[in-house]
Amino acid sequence: MADLLKLSDVTLGFAGNTVLQAVNFAVSEGAIASLIGPNGAGKTSLFNCVTGFYKPQQGRITFAGAELRPLKPYQVTRAGIARTFQNVRLFREMSVLENVMSGLHCRTGAGAIGAILRLPSQRREEAEIHARAAECLDFVGIAPSEWQRNAANLAYGHQRRVEIARALATSPKLLLLDEPAAGLTKGEKLELVTLIARIRNERGVAVLLIEHDTGLVMSISERVSVLDHGLMIAEGTPKEIQSNPRVIEAYLGAEDAEAALAL
Amino acid sequence: MANQSPALNVPPPGEPRPSAWGGLRAFFDTPVKRAVALIVLLVFMIAAPGIFGAYATVILTNALLYTILALGLNIVVGYAGLLDLGYAAFFAVGAYTVGILTKEFHWSFWATLPVAVAAAACAGVIIGGPTLRLRSDYLAIVTLGFGEIVRISARNLQITGSASGISSIEQPWLFGWHISSQRDFYYVFLGLAVIAIICSARLANSRLGRAWLYVRHDEDAAEAMGIDRVRVKLAAYVIGAIYGAIGGAFFAVNLTAISPESFSFQQSTLFLMAVVLGGMGRIPGVILGAFVVVLGPELLRDVGSLRLLFFAVGLLLIMLFRPGGIWPVRRA
Repeated sequence: MADLLKLSDVTLGFAGNTVLQAVNFAVSEGAIASLIGPNGAGKTSLFNCVTGFYKPQQGRITFAGAELRPLKPYQVTRAGIARTFQNVRLFREMSVLENVMSGLHCRTGAGAIGAILRLPSQRREEAEIHARAAECLDFVGIAPSEWQRNAANLAYGHQRRVEIARALATSPKLLLLDEPAAGLTKGEKLELVTLIARIRNERGVAVLLIEHDTGLVMSISERVSVLDHGLMIAEGTPKEIQSNPRVIEAYLGAEDAEAALAL
Repeated sequence: MANQSPALNVPPPGEPRPSAWGGLRAFFDTPVKRAVALIVLLVFMIAAPGIFGAYATVILTNALLYTILALGLNIVVGYAGLLDLGYAAFFAVGAYTVGILTKEFHWSFWATLPVAVAAAACAGVIIGGPTLRLRSDYLAIVTLGFGEIVRISARNLQITGSASGISSIEQPWLFGWHISSQRDFYYVFLGLAVIAIICSARLANSRLGRAWLYVRHDEDAAEAMGIDRVRVKLAAYVIGAIYGAIGGAFFAVNLTAISPESFSFQQSTLFLMAVVLGGMGRIPGVILGAFVVVLGPELLRDVGSLRLLFFAVGLLLIMLFRPGGIWPVRRA
């Protein structure tokens, strides 16, 4: 399959510290891929480069053939890349439904005049926003009884799912999940695995995840890339990664490599 | 907020227990009761000049003017979360546009109105365009400066009549009705306030209104959802400016005379006070705030020279005990 997202020689540094060093990386269309690595390896920084929050000093980032680097974060989202955050960042004092409706903003266009005059086109669009947000919430399994609740009052696992629904509402071609399993119970992790598979299979959205739970990563990913100290040290199928000596070495010292790589 | 399911009516821990105030709120929670309350209030407002007499009519007209301006500022401060310390500048742009065009160029008032709106919108884009890109409170400083620049320019330019301002501005005609008496203007401002309320409510409950809240709550998350934060903030700023200009335009023909000191920094702080005091981001709260700011000093007139002191103590107490405003935003 063709590369949907492609990073070539991406280098990012802050005040003399190199965070990413000539990173090459690709995600194919409709793939489920993972990015793993010890803490501080630069995984979230890589996400931030892709989504336009950080501007790498060197290298090219292309999405469906188009250069992403000059784009601002909101333009990246419009181009078809949606993301979640490592620490859930819902709009805490707004309802669950309103949170997901935010994802539709970039696919709709009514402005102030439409809003004040309540034009037919604006009303149709509002109904459409409602319907599509509801569909996304349904898809991730949040019951309608929770839609009007304050997002901050939801159970943590549900907040994570609302965040995914919000990202899906932007109609992405690629979904970036930053540690989606962090803080979830075992049962919730299993549900997450099913949800990620459904996102790809039913919606055709490619998924790239950063995750520390290597068991989860190995069970779901088609490709796994390993980042260590800003260097991409390995790339391959879960099997290849688990037997790669450089990967095992990178994980040694910090934790037990066998446990960490779910051998 | 929209309806809750019955199971959720139990207040979650950390929220205040139901009080008499809460009970009153709950009483008005059905649409029918709310509509009846609004109609009663509107009838009362229509009858008010007859009940309270000429002096009260002047004060109430002023309160309605403040309502319009506070609602406009509320879009900037309450909805979009941008601190604007120079809102009186837009008020001045509206008033002076009308003053100059009717006085120097003999335009009809109604023809000057769109020009006033356009002038304020342009000023909003010029000030907001560069500064809204910056985060944090740079905007507060720039708007503070803008407010002073407008006032000082008005005081020194020939065309604005320098320190003495513009006087004997012609009062408008509307289909054979010469809007001239205090009572006439009371009703004009009442109509404008109603329109301002409807526009604010509709904006709040729209794609743009939600975008303001997203950006106010978390700029990064909003941007990650594909929202152009600069554009959305600029929209709030310009719409606020338009409210200000319309208020200023009618202010000019109501008083028939304007001078630079009507648009001081103190005015800007009073408008801001109305918004913060009543409850930022909530229309009934903001209206209440506008009335408190205008009527408060009037009701305290009996205490003579100490009235502003009493008023200030009252404001401090409100902020101490109701930091979200008298009638704050209620959340599910």
